[in-house]
Amino acid sequence: MLITCPYCGPRDVSEYSYQGDGNRTRPDPASTDQEAWNAYVYDRLNPRGEHHEIWQHSGGCRAHLKVTRNTLTHVISSVGFARDAGHRKSDGHRKTGAEA
Amino acid sequence: MAEYSVFSLLRNAFSGNRDWKPAWRKPDPKPSYDVIVIGGGGHGLSTAYYLAKEHGITNVAVLEKGYLGSGNVGRNTTAVRSNYLLPENIHLYEHSMKMWENLSHDLNYNVMFSQRGVLNLAHTPAQLDDYARRGNAIIHSGADSVLMTPAEIEWLMPGIDASGSARFPIIGGLMQWRAGTARHDAVAWGYARGADRRGVDILENCEVTGFIKDGDRVVGVTTTRGEIRANKVAVAVAGSTGHVMNMAGIDKLPIESHVLQAFVSESLKPFLDTVVTFGMGHFYVGQSDKGGLIYGGDLDGYNSYAQRGNLPIVEEVNSEMLALFPSLARVRVLRSWGGVCDMSMDGSPIITTGPLPGMYLNCGWCYGGFKATPASGWCFAYTIAKDEPHPINAPFTLDRFHRGAIIDDKGQGSTPRLH
Ligand SMILES: Cc1cc2nc3c(=O)[nH]c(=O)nc-3n(C[C@H](O)[C@H](O)[C@H](O)COP(=O)(O)OP(=O)(O)OC[C@H]3O[C@@H](n4cnc5c(N)ncnc54)[C@H](O)[C@@H]3O)c2cc1C
Ligand SMILES: [Zn+2]
Repeated sequence: MLITCPYCGPRDVSEYSYQGDGNRTRPDPASTDQEAWNAYVYDRLNPRGEHHEIWQHSGGCRAHLKVTRNTLTHVISSVGFARDAGHRKSDGHRKTGAEA
Repeated sequence: MAEYSVFSLLRNAFSGNRDWKPAWRKPDPKPSYDVIVIGGGGHGLSTAYYLAKEHGITNVAVLEKGYLGSGNVGRNTTAVRSNYLLPENIHLYEHSMKMWENLSHDLNYNVMFSQRGVLNLAHTPAQLDDYARRGNAIIHSGADSVLMTPAEIEWLMPGIDASGSARFPIIGGLMQWRAGTARHDAVAWGYARGADRRGVDILENCEVTGFIKDGDRVVGVTTTRGEIRANKVAVAVAGSTGHVMNMAGIDKLPIESHVLQAFVSESLKPFLDTVVTFGMGHFYVGQSDKGGLIYGGDLDGYNSYAQRGNLPIVEEVNSEMLALFPSLARVRVLRSWGGVCDMSMDGSPIITTGPLPGMYLNCGWCYGGFKATPASGWCFAYTIAKDEPHPINAPFTLDRFHRGAIIDDKGQGSTPRLH
């Protein structure tokens, strides 16, 4: 299986670490809605077909990627940076280069 | 007289083996049944068998989308053991172990259950301490377990690298002598025949394509062989659980499907007469009666419904084998394959009524459900017949995750690929 990293190009799956299901959104850290937390931690769509998932190019540029992959055929139909899809963990806390 | 015996062997030998009956019929689906079991794997077939045998419910159909044994029951590496840490798991798997010990007699079918022992190797003092703790928990719950020294291990398996210069020197191990292996196809065929002879219809090439509902209640299924109705619909489809439950309108479950690969080497002379697991990676190996080494390791590690895996795991598993048994370096791999495992969020199964009225669910077996085949079917049949769980499977509910009552034997948390 090859994943085409937007920075590095097509690389073998062994260069990547699987971060799991990319369909989940973490509740607001201040949320006390137990059901929402339970659903986030335990419930999965687990589709047979197109699956949105997060991979990290840990053996390369280390970017987190949002990948759409078919779980039946392993065909990858799209790869983008996870941050572009709203998967940045620290949105709002991030300093620009000049501030850092 | 039993259908299979020395006498029937002789009688059929003299008549040229022309008079054997097929082990199960190939009936056409009836319009309705008391119980439908979806999935003709080990668990579905044993469920049907115990529904008929223990509860007298014989108007039952098992619906299998392919041929019987085409799923994980025919793809696993056949290790049977009951050496778990948590009491819920030990009770379930030890119940299963006791059933294995009498299974060939009960089914009148040789499942070749061989109590050759399963040994977990320890390579660090902390690991050995952990094994001692697990061994005590196992003994406390009534199963068997014993610590072994490196010298005993070397005596038991001369091919292993027990030298101090091994990459991960062996400092001991935890053995369960009553554990072992069984012939997986025979388990499927034996349960199928036993269920069939008691009146159960086994419907192969009958894929469930949807559920028929009356309001919320499940009252039947649509299949590639027509509509079939039932008072009770039981789901035991292992790796396909997410896909099948989705058809019933349950879009999320505490399950991910992952692919696990297995390997068989060319035949060797007797080399290893127990099953052994590596403690510094994920690897285990045993030897079949035909001489092939049967071995496997970790999941590929990403969601998959494909019954095949990728090359990095092939390399990893084989290099782990060589770390333990350097003498196998020139042995050739004959075959490899993959099976789709229903990985649950705590590594333990789900055997329960619901989640919809008229429905019953058996899933979450990860890559360890073969050993549970007898107990799983036995508990599931009880649950279906009585509409409540047996005390053995009462902890294995679907709502335990949201109630915080998880049964996480390895303490890995909700990352299913690590269980
Ligand atoms: C490589 C590998 C090695 C393993 N090694 C071990 C081991 O050493 N020890 C151990 O204890 N366990 C092991 N396991 C796990 C074990 O094989 C499974 O947990 C167990 O077999 C699952 O239950 P089953 O036999 O009912 O599953 P299956 O045999 O997979 O049965 C499910 C059936 O449902 C059918 N199905 C799916 N969808 C539909 C549909 N829509 N309509 C009708 N039918 C459908 C499938 O075709 C399949 O036949 C291993 C698994 C794998 C893949
Ligand atoms: Zn990259």
